[in-house]
Amino acid sequence: MAYSFPEEVLELVLSFLRSDRDRNAVSLVCWSWYEIERWCRHRLFIGNCYAVSPEIVIRRFPEVRAVEMKGKPHFADFNLVPEGWGGYVQPWIRAMAASYPSLEEIRLKRMVVTDESLDLIARSFKYFKVLVLSSCEGFTTDGLASIAANCRNLREIDLRESEVEDLSGHWLSHFPDNCTSLVSLNMSCLGSEVSFPALERLVGRCPSLRTLQLNRAVPLEKLPNLLHRAPQLVEFGTGAYSAEIRPDIYSNVAEAFSVCKQLRGLSGFWDVVPAYIPAMYSACAGITSLDLIYAAIQSPDLVKLISLCPRLQCLWVLDYIEDAGLEALAASCKDLQELRVFPSDPFEAEANVALTEQGLVSVSEGCPKLQSVLYFCRQMSNAALITIARNRPEMVRFRLCIIEPQAPDYLTLEPLDTGFGAIVENCKQLRRLSMSGLLTDRVFEYIGKHAKKLEMLSIAFAGDSDMGLDHVLSGCDSLRKLEIRDCPFGDKALLANAAKLETMRSLWMSSCLVSYGACKLLAQKMPRLNVEVIDERGHPNSRPETCPVEKLYIYRTVAGRRVDMPDFIWTMDKDAGNPEAFVSNGAVEMVGDA
Amino acid sequence: MSMPQEHDYIGLSEPLPSEKSSDKTTAAAAASNVERNGVFSLKETELRLGLPGSEAPERKGGVGIGIGIGIGVSLFGKDESKCVKSGAKRGFSDAINGAGKWGLSINGGSEVDLGQKGGVNVSAVKREIPPLEERKNEAAAAANTAPASKAQVVGWPPIRSFRKNTLATNTPKKDDVGGNSGTGTSCLYVKVSMDGAPYLRKIDLKTYCSYTEISSALEKMFSCFTIGQCGQGLAAKENISESHLMDLLHGSEYVLTYEDKDGDWMLVGDVPWEMFTDSCRRLRIMKGSDAIGLAPRTMQKCKSQN
Repeated sequence: MAYSFPEEVLELVLSFLRSDRDRNAVSLVCWSWYEIERWCRHRLFIGNCYAVSPEIVIRRFPEVRAVEMKGKPHFADFNLVPEGWGGYVQPWIRAMAASYPSLEEIRLKRMVVTDESLDLIARSFKYFKVLVLSSCEGFTTDGLASIAANCRNLREIDLRESEVEDLSGHWLSHFPDNCTSLVSLNMSCLGSEVSFPALERLVGRCPSLRTLQLNRAVPLEKLPNLLHRAPQLVEFGTGAYSAEIRPDIYSNVAEAFSVCKQLRGLSGFWDVVPAYIPAMYSACAGITSLDLIYAAIQSPDLVKLISLCPRLQCLWVLDYIEDAGLEALAASCKDLQELRVFPSDPFEAEANVALTEQGLVSVSEGCPKLQSVLYFCRQMSNAALITIARNRPEMVRFRLCIIEPQAPDYLTLEPLDTGFGAIVENCKQLRRLSMSGLLTDRVFEYIGKHAKKLEMLSIAFAGDSDMGLDHVLSGCDSLRKLEIRDCPFGDKALLANAAKLETMRSLWMSSCLVSYGACKLLAQKMPRLNVEVIDERGHPNSRPETCPVEKLYIYRTVAGRRVDMPDFIWTMDKDAGNPEAFVSNGAVEMVGDA
Repeated sequence: MSMPQEHDYIGLSEPLPSEKSSDKTTAAAAASNVERNGVFSLKETELRLGLPGSEAPERKGGVGIGIGIGIGVSLFGKDESKCVKSGAKRGFSDAINGAGKWGLSINGGSEVDLGQKGGVNVSAVKREIPPLEERKNEAAAAANTAPASKAQVVGWPPIRSFRKNTLATNTPKKDDVGGNSGTGTSCLYVKVSMDGAPYLRKIDLKTYCSYTEISSALEKMFSCFTIGQCGQGLAAKENISESHLMDLLHGSEYVLTYEDKDGDWMLVGDVPWEMFTDSCRRLRIMKGSDAIGLAPRTMQKCKSQN
């Protein structure tokens, strides 16, 4: 009996599968499904650029049109990863230029991108449409000019928070006059002034432009010119939101905002002059997303603004909002899903604003759809955390940063174990958690026991012993990314849970107690992990084996050790040394003395 | 065995000043000790197991803590290196309680070397939790003596430097907001490159107070390139000799330059320090020969700014 299901039908069915997880599952069914799937996978997500090599990717997926890739560990955002670590995109671009002529989209995060890479992209991919560089670095505005000049069908160029060497604003003028395809332009991270007439013309000739995020150098008075040319904008980021206080400027800006009936997202607002805030009121009724993290707007003005935005779903704001402003938010914005509150003065021990745990509690009480929180504050209590957890059991992302490391519950002076314990116990869908404050091994016990859907965990200055790490590694079934700094976690828990590491994307540990010897052992035991020791004090061989390494980055890979490391990073050897040595070191013992 | 008497090991009898000292957190911590115990404590001079920095609040680059005689003196008052923030608040009695509880035992001898370079920021502090009463006292004592501005821990609070740099130039001055006096903007990361070095570094300008500080920090940071300590890719530097290094250190081989807000490259050191930190966007350690043209431009620029 020959049962054959026409390939074309299967391919059609598979085309409805968008999620990588589903596609990966499909490819495991049988060889013919594997073959069919790989020929019709057009979108790739590579969470760690070193987990796989360009050659392997290209060999398996020959028809890729969109690639999304991430490079440096998350803690690179906080300067914990030394410069020169890696994350170079050039080898990928070279390989893809040769094999993916129809590539349309490239999205990169925390990678090093050079002008050479940008130029290669611009010249190699005839149908190139989307370039998103999130927190990338290594390129200049010359590279952007090449993209602008050569990509005939460019739809999206988004440089969010990248570090660009800003040679001049001239790059924008490289968009040819017949370029009308732009849908999204985010140049907010750039410093230089672009030619305003060129920008005006570009905006005017792109009827599908939906997202326009200007940089600080674009003055407020010029905003009406742009908004009038793009009344269809959905997302708009202003430049500097300040000007002399003049009625004509004010009325022009106000009128321009009123013309844009589709506006849903606003951002920018550098150097805010409060008198001009009401000029945007006409847009507020429809606003679902507001990013004010560069705007030093004081609480009363914020309260007024927010009370006009009943449909707000996402708010990013500085702690100038204070508890009073957050109460107003809770009262006005019942659709709120995401809140991020950043510190206006993070390095001062004393609070400069009246923002406490109470603000977050209010929002958790008043906003039934709240599921994503990033909150910086200076005091927290277990009681508050328990209240928040009970109010919002559907919380998905919870990141709390109490500015003082190891700050206890300010009411009882106890650790915040029970508070965070309540979070993981009540919020069963929690996928991301960042903790701070005084925390003992107990909190990790709770996490290991309850946080079964947790995918990413960030820990700092917490825990007492290896038991803490052991709870997490043995209990968190869905854990993919674990990043730890300044915790007394050492060899035992790591070696006892070595197999777990292969089920995760990566583990970062810095200023912990993992010894060089343990790193070597781990690498020998787990050949499919890259165990990278980062140590700027010189080769670990120059210190005793028991000496803890400065930083450690472990990730699973099928590509073997990488070859582009600087000289303060060593990948541990995977050649099995003496297998006896591993057991006889006693490192296999479970940490069971609690 | 009874709790060791806290006494003046070396015979210095003057207690530390009990007033707040601005950025000498160890002095402040010691002061808290003075307030509670009335005695100058030299617990730090005791030989102890545990990583340096685990109990003592400060680690001097190049010196292992907890060894030898006379260290106690240098810990208090001389050292200006950054303090581990988390250590600062803890009272010393707490430190002693905590010392024995590390999950991992380390040979006593090895951690001497850990203090070598300031790079290891092993500020993980383990402690048992004393009863509420004691904690309150400790918190009160700490609160009394907390310095006006804390020394910073690398990468904490976890704010992206991109945002930090932008905030630094954006937030209003403290007096406008009517808040307390403070240091205002507190962090400014700039990239530092060196001609011939394979990768660049980032430093926070706000952690330095003077040109000499930044100069010595940079020398330490980049010395590995000049003496070929790092393994690969420095073929050009293979012939570096002792004297070459001395030239570097004496500043005759390389000069330190910076790019200012206007995009011009200037020699470091010509303008007052505050003006420098306000306008510096990037640093470059340039070969002396390349920097010859800078001096006249610096002069011109100063003239045009006046």
